[in-house]
Amino acid sequence: MSDVVEKTLTALPSLLSLDSQPGAAKLSSTSKLGNLIRGITELTSKHEEEKLIHRELASIKEQVSSPNTSMRQMKELMVRAIYCESLGYEASFSYIHAIKLAQQGTGLEKRVGYLAVSLFLNENHELLLLLVNTVLKDLQSTNLIEVCMALTVVSQMFPKDMIPAILPLVEEKLNHPKEIIRRKAVLALYKFYLIAPNQVQHIHNKFRKALCDKDPGVMTASLHIYLQMIQENAEGYKDLTASFVSILKQVVGGKLPIDFNYHSVPAPWLQIQLIRILSLLGKNDQRTSEIMYEVLDESLRRAEMNHNITYAILYECVKCIYTIHPKSDLLEKAAKCIGNFVLSPKINLKYLGLKALTYVIQQDPKLALQHQMTIIECLDHPDLIIKRETLELLFRITNTQNVVVIVEKMLEFLRMSTDDYTTIDLVGKVAELAEKYPSDCVCFSYKNYTYAPDNEWFIETMNTVFSLSGDTMQPDIPNSFLKLLSEGFESVEEDRKLRLFAVDSYVTLLKGETGKLPQFFLQVISWVLGEYSHLSEELKPATVLELLQKLLDRKQTSSETKSWALMAMTKLCEGRAGVSVAQQVSETYISSMDTVLRQRAQELQHLSQDSELRARVLPRDADLEPLEVDSSLSFLDGFVSEALAAGAAPYKPPHQRQEELSQAKVLSLEPYGLSLPISMSSCSIADRQSPTLLSMSSGLSGDSTDLSHKGGSTTLKFEGVKRVWGKEGYLAQKESVEEAVQVEAPSPLRSTSQQAEVVGSHSQTPTLTPTPEPEQEKQQLASSLFFGISSQSSVCLMGKSGPTPQRFRRKAKGQSSSSGATEQMSNSVVFTSTTVDNLLCNNPPDSTITSEVDVSSSKHTSELPQGLTAANGTCDIEAELTDSDLKGSSPPLSGDNGLENADPDPHENLDKPQGVCLSSHLPAELSGLCRSEITPLCTLQNLDLSACHVHREDTIVLVVFITNSSDSAVQHIRLDLDSELLEVSCVSESPAKDVRSVAVYLYSLTVRRPAVHVELAGTVSYQVPVGTPQTAQFSYKLPLTAFIRPLTVSTEEYGTMWLAFSHDTKQNLTLINDGQEPLVATLNVLRKKLQLHVVEVIGVEGILACKLLQDQPCLMHFRVHEGALAVWLRSPVPDLPDCLIYHCQRALQEH
Amino acid sequence: MQFMLLFSRQGKLRLQKWYVPLSDKEKKKITRELVQTVLARKPKMCSFLEWRDLKVVYKRYASLYFCCAVENQDNELITLEIIHRYVELLDKYFGSVCELDIIFNFEKAYFILDEFLLGGEAQETSKKNVLKAIEQADLLQENVDFQTRLFAGVMVPGLASESSGLFQN
Repeated sequence: MSDVVEKTLTALPSLLSLDSQPGAAKLSSTSKLGNLIRGITELTSKHEEEKLIHRELASIKEQVSSPNTSMRQMKELMVRAIYCESLGYEASFSYIHAIKLAQQGTGLEKRVGYLAVSLFLNENHELLLLLVNTVLKDLQSTNLIEVCMALTVVSQMFPKDMIPAILPLVEEKLNHPKEIIRRKAVLALYKFYLIAPNQVQHIHNKFRKALCDKDPGVMTASLHIYLQMIQENAEGYKDLTASFVSILKQVVGGKLPIDFNYHSVPAPWLQIQLIRILSLLGKNDQRTSEIMYEVLDESLRRAEMNHNITYAILYECVKCIYTIHPKSDLLEKAAKCIGNFVLSPKINLKYLGLKALTYVIQQDPKLALQHQMTIIECLDHPDLIIKRETLELLFRITNTQNVVVIVEKMLEFLRMSTDDYTTIDLVGKVAELAEKYPSDCVCFSYKNYTYAPDNEWFIETMNTVFSLSGDTMQPDIPNSFLKLLSEGFESVEEDRKLRLFAVDSYVTLLKGETGKLPQFFLQVISWVLGEYSHLSEELKPATVLELLQKLLDRKQTSSETKSWALMAMTKLCEGRAGVSVAQQVSETYISSMDTVLRQRAQELQHLSQDSELRARVLPRDADLEPLEVDSSLSFLDGFVSEALAAGAAPYKPPHQRQEELSQAKVLSLEPYGLSLPISMSSCSIADRQSPTLLSMSSGLSGDSTDLSHKGGSTTLKFEGVKRVWGKEGYLAQKESVEEAVQVEAPSPLRSTSQQAEVVGSHSQTPTLTPTPEPEQEKQQLASSLFFGISSQSSVCLMGKSGPTPQRFRRKAKGQSSSSGATEQMSNSVVFTSTTVDNLLCNNPPDSTITSEVDVSSSKHTSELPQGLTAANGTCDIEAELTDSDLKGSSPPLSGDNGLENADPDPHENLDKPQGVCLSSHLPAELSGLCRSEITPLCTLQNLDLSACHVHREDTIVLVVFITNSSDSAVQHIRLDLDSELLEVSCVSESPAKDVRSVAVYLYSLTVRRPAVHVELAGTVSYQVPVGTPQTAQFSYKLPLTAFIRPLTVSTEEYGTMWLAFSHDTKQNLTLINDGQEPLVATLNVLRKKLQLHVVEVIGVEGILACKLLQDQPCLMHFRVHEGALAVWLRSPVPDLPDCLIYHCQRALQEH
Repeated sequence: MQFMLLFSRQGKLRLQKWYVPLSDKEKKKITRELVQTVLARKPKMCSFLEWRDLKVVYKRYASLYFCCAVENQDNELITLEIIHRYVELLDKYFGSVCELDIIFNFEKAYFILDEFLLGGEAQETSKKNVLKAIEQADLLQENVDFQTRLFAGVMVPGLASESSGLFQN
């Protein structure tokens, strides 16, 4: 292609003098723009350019504001203004004229006007509102080009709040006879969907029509919307799979007009879009995946030409094949493809090959082994991007045996990296690895050194991480490091050694040059010295104090670090010498301008004088009760009520204040007097992060590797900040709590891990064969990098099971800690680390599964990926309650008190025969009550699990049915349920009496923390007489509405309660207009669907009340306001109003 | 796609199209950093860059760099081909395009881009269709030009909009 564009700036002077130009465009050398551009290219200094542009801008300004300027001249001026802006000079005076030009100009003038607007303004610019009328007019124009222009600008930028004004017109265009208009309309709707999804919800069926459009361009455009919607909710579009497959088949088969070919490949953009959609649909879904195998195979086969575009399609296919339910011959072909990519001499393909490898490595570790030499070469590639991607790949295959080498490679890269973003990311990864494999005693040799991830390695690695990262580090890294240090691992002696080593290494560091150490690191050092320097016998407190004092005296030390140092000194100041140093230091800082420093200095002064008090406040190695933190600040209640009584305005949470502000803004738009078909206020739903969005994103993060990985680290960060990094200064006690409650891991686990290590070290020996010198070094590196992933699948799994038991021990520790708050926090940590572990090692924490795979390892290796997903993915069935379930259970609730007999729809029963027979096992006391459909949870070799929930007046009962589907007896069935949001208590267990009977487990559920949907995670384990124990995990989800019951209160009671509640939310809902009085109709729908109690309805206002089991009230106030329903919810429970609003919205939408 | 930048070997920005709302300050910062990073890369290096949390795909055509930022899960190769298709379109429209064409007729280059990519997504991948759309609009313009010349001085907006109705079909 480069030969096409050979003319360069050097040819400028001669070209400018040419009168005729080839092609359609004329080089406007005589025009003013031409003069301007030529003028600028002739200039030599930046200063001259500035002068010229300012002169130019002044002249433009003068002309645009003159009334005599014609639109034609205006167009010319606008082009010049765009040029000046693109050079980086502001021409904001011209924005309004750009809008005017778009409004009043014709043809190209209008077009330039629109272009200028789209270049000058961004979506949030307030002037954009002036464009709405113009767009409205042009959409109605009979001139096709004007309609096109309007649609183009709308799909680039449009004020979110004004979408309702033009939506009907854009929708109308979906039926336009011209395909270009239909296509642009679809893309405009796509844009609307992106910025305000709930406004286009009602036109989903029209999207389907666009998908079936006879014009391929329109159909392609509609796929953008589908990709987006399927990303958010794959379940809802499974029925379209066959259609997508047949479209792809036709495209691949060359059925499209030849215009759509690109380098003789039929519609590659369309193909890639379709493959991406298919991979989303087929993920974790065997049945859907089966539909697409054939066409994927076809795509792989057809993409043979040696051109970038075919590689693009291949790459997408490979990703898809590894995402959907695996099929061995496709996997084989995909693996071959990846091989071709990796080995390609073209650097772009090599990069993508590495990326694909990184993507599939968890499923197929042996693939990395095949390409190990290429990977080693890439590690020393001159292009940093390739190097970086290789490290990413290695990061995914880290295990106990290769962690040292991989971390060393990463640190090597870090030392060279200059880019902050990469540094932060890599530092996080190194820290994660270092903390994951802190003390393990597997040694091996690499280049004659013995490397072992032991204490020293851990501390030294962390030291390098801290010093390299500078101050750009994520705060969760030092947090979790300190947490790890204070919690310790399995043996007290090991912990002592680790801490002692840290102390020694930090003392050495402080004695050297401290100038370059980042503040974060100095803070860590201070804390560790304060906490653990007493462990060292030869180290005198006075020495440490002296070092800390030196730190304090340094100019570069930030005041935050200083307060950490002071804190450490407070812990250490004993003895006569200590006290005198303390006095000296505290005198310096007691008058500091920084209040935190001043407080620390005060503390230091007082505590150094009173050693008894100090021992009480800052005990050494103490097993203290955890600090009770009253997060609701209830001790301030008195103060608040006093203030309220004195006439203060009640507190409004930030989101609410913002919303009110934005509502005010919406109101101010009214003077434009547009006919808004949908009430404007409904826009505000999209303004703030609506619960819809939130729940969608959380649903998403479940499966995707990257997402959940990211999600994991954010939890960590949040948790870390709260616990360790606080400025309150009582870190010591908090840390030591969890240390105290160590619980030994169950012994079978440990024995598995030991076994694993033995096998792992066996596999090490037979790998190497003698090779020439430089090659040998590479080979050696390879063997150390790919250690533990050697060719036999069984070995690879066993080698990797090393870290798992360790995590398990930590998990046990976390769960056993007593206080509610701590428990939740540490649970969340454990959750994160296990997920991460899961993702990285592809090794579920249940050692049972590992051993299961071990047993089957004699099978053919190509079956490995399947086996893995079976162990990892398929059991993890999500029993999501779909809308139809909700509907199924809602009609019976129509009575005032809600709970009547449920007569499940006979039609549904036909679909689910199992449900019928299971329902007969429902305990007698529950059989008459309203309940959800019985949904299957998971299916194991011998067992089928199903569940439903039953609404009782005072509680929700979860019923789990376990059916033995095999002929052999099953023993020791254990069912564990756990949820962050729910409290689960077992009501009764009635184990199966014999083979083929059904065991029924009853659990009563209470909401701990409200969420739109609450989910339970469960584990079932059992044993068959001969064979290993089996475990499987499942989850069950139920909507919050299941926990809502009507609350009967009088209007007076309502009034007093209203004032007492602190958490509230306001939102606008759509009114239902079906003949009756809209308010009453709407409230009736809500009452029926959500089980609310209508307290009173007066005129345009209505008040309703409900409670969340048990006894957590929520009050609702409805008011009809300008055609919309303004709702105000209040409750003493945080999040409850937000969740209820979501369900109200849903209920009204479904109506 | 998040944005597209065209800049010269000297680091002069020739075209910029943003598909995400950003402040001018951010735009300038991103442009400066990216231009610097891309220009520093050697010719044999990979056309893809990980930059912040985005993927940057760039390609050099003669003296011009075309540079797109896409999300991480997007297909890099197809982005490279989007750039190529755009250059093909420019080439077809201008007839053997060079940097000067883009400098002096940047508004035309924007129009072509808008017919090809809309809101950051490939709108129309058939080369013929894109060029047809552009030509139709140009045709309309020429007619208006003609009108303006005829009625120079007595030009009223109402008249012009009526005459443009000729091209409805």
